[in-house]
Amino acid sequence: MALKTEEMILNMGPQHPSTHGVLRLELEIEGELIKNVKPHIGYLHRCFEKHAEAMTYPQVIPYTDRMDYLASMYNNFGYVVAVEKLLGIEVPERVQYIRVIMGELQRIASHQVAIGTYGLDLGAFTPFLYLFRDREKILTLFEETCGARLLYNYMWVGGLSHDIHPDFIRKTKEFVQYFRPNIQEVNNLLTFNKIFIERTANVGILPLDAAINFGMTGPNLRASGLAFDIRKEDPYSIYDRFDFDIPVGKGTVGTVGDCWDRYYVRVLEMEQSLRIIEQALDQIPEGDVQSAIPKRIKPPKGSVYTRVENPRGELGYFIISDGSTSPFRVKVRAPSFVSLSVMGELCKGHLVSDVVAILGSIDIVLGEVDR
Amino acid sequence: MGLLDKQFSDSNIVVAKVDDLINWARLSSIWQLGFGLACCAIEMMAASASSYDFDRFGVMPRNTPRQADAIIISGTVTLKMALRIKRLYEQMPDPKYIISMGSCANCGGPYWDHGYHVLKGVDRVIPVDVYVPGCPPRPEALFEGLLKLQEKIRNESLRKKSA
Repeated sequence: MALKTEEMILNMGPQHPSTHGVLRLELEIEGELIKNVKPHIGYLHRCFEKHAEAMTYPQVIPYTDRMDYLASMYNNFGYVVAVEKLLGIEVPERVQYIRVIMGELQRIASHQVAIGTYGLDLGAFTPFLYLFRDREKILTLFEETCGARLLYNYMWVGGLSHDIHPDFIRKTKEFVQYFRPNIQEVNNLLTFNKIFIERTANVGILPLDAAINFGMTGPNLRASGLAFDIRKEDPYSIYDRFDFDIPVGKGTVGTVGDCWDRYYVRVLEMEQSLRIIEQALDQIPEGDVQSAIPKRIKPPKGSVYTRVENPRGELGYFIISDGSTSPFRVKVRAPSFVSLSVMGELCKGHLVSDVVAILGSIDIVLGEVDR
Repeated sequence: MGLLDKQFSDSNIVVAKVDDLINWARLSSIWQLGFGLACCAIEMMAASASSYDFDRFGVMPRNTPRQADAIIISGTVTLKMALRIKRLYEQMPDPKYIISMGSCANCGGPYWDHGYHVLKGVDRVIPVDVYVPGCPPRPEALFEGLLKLQEKIRNESLRKKSA
């Protein structure tokens, strides 16, 4: 006998411990089953495009920091690469290497937050504390270099705001040595934990064709089984010089493209980032990091689109220049915004408590969704 | 050192002002509403995680406003969010305290000029007790803000204010 149930609308957020910021999810539920999920956004709309129109090119960089605040270095990176392409300037080798090192350190720090808070959402408190302990070490490296812990304004058009600290290379090598065994610690604590696997394996399965149709990029796409990484496919900066692998989801404990795979791809990516950092630290040349910074940034008329592999996926900057000192328009292709659109598809037919697991696994940052 | 080490032989009484006792109890376990808005929320998380450990001040995140004593406005308040923040504040039981964390919550911060969707300071919707400057403030700065709040609570009185 089928039990008769009534449809109900349940609001999750904007104040909810597991929405990772100010997001409202409108759940259409029938009993415990999810019929549909509608994300409501705009609670953190901070007018990035309006600011970009009003500022000069270098002044936009601090605002890019504040979009994806877990990966500020990478947002700087994407923007300066775009403006440099628009200007057609060459950047010194040393700057390129430092940018790659900083970018990869930022990727590790971002994934640490993603993994830690994911455990927190599913009831595991300890991995969060362990990962934040290690994240502090990365933040200390950043702080010694540019003075800021979270929002750096470090990468400038044509160069960097500061050269690295004399001890930076030694300390970063120490960090790499220190952190590598700790990835195994995370695996022991969380990844292969029975309870964690029960909550995430075979939940929120995203098949590859759906992932491509929704425009997913980054770890979310790779977890569905496609080895697509812009660092390999369309190398920017000097990423073509490094040897690293692209981890993909294999369905180790469930189905390819489930929450566990999306989580585990991030764990594996931290290891690959460590490899890139090690290679870059060995090859880093001497030089001046501010020699190529233009006195006055006034690009010619035209437009440019560049994309970089942000910790969350493809971060694209589309800049239109009208020949003046401030951009006519800066459009950002934000990976979190695209990833969020898949929520409805992933949640259908799951239980209410799985929404938390699915939302955490696609790893969104609301600052970037709303901009 | 304290009362506990002394071990009185007989039962004893301690004389203290009710104000002092209640204020001491209030300021020693400020439970904050676990509520993050933007970038500052990450620093707030770092403050409550290992190596900073907000818990040693008795601050613990609670997930419902009905169990919270303080709310830390950690980040940019947009016009869309302002009404929700006001409602959250109204749902909290008295006595309630507000720490405004970071330039955005203090005054709009970098979004002052062109932020058409940003509230220029959370004190336009709810009364703020302590402002913590910075963009974002370091966890230590947040601690300083909390100590200031504790100082404020320490000087509170139950006595009815004469008109």
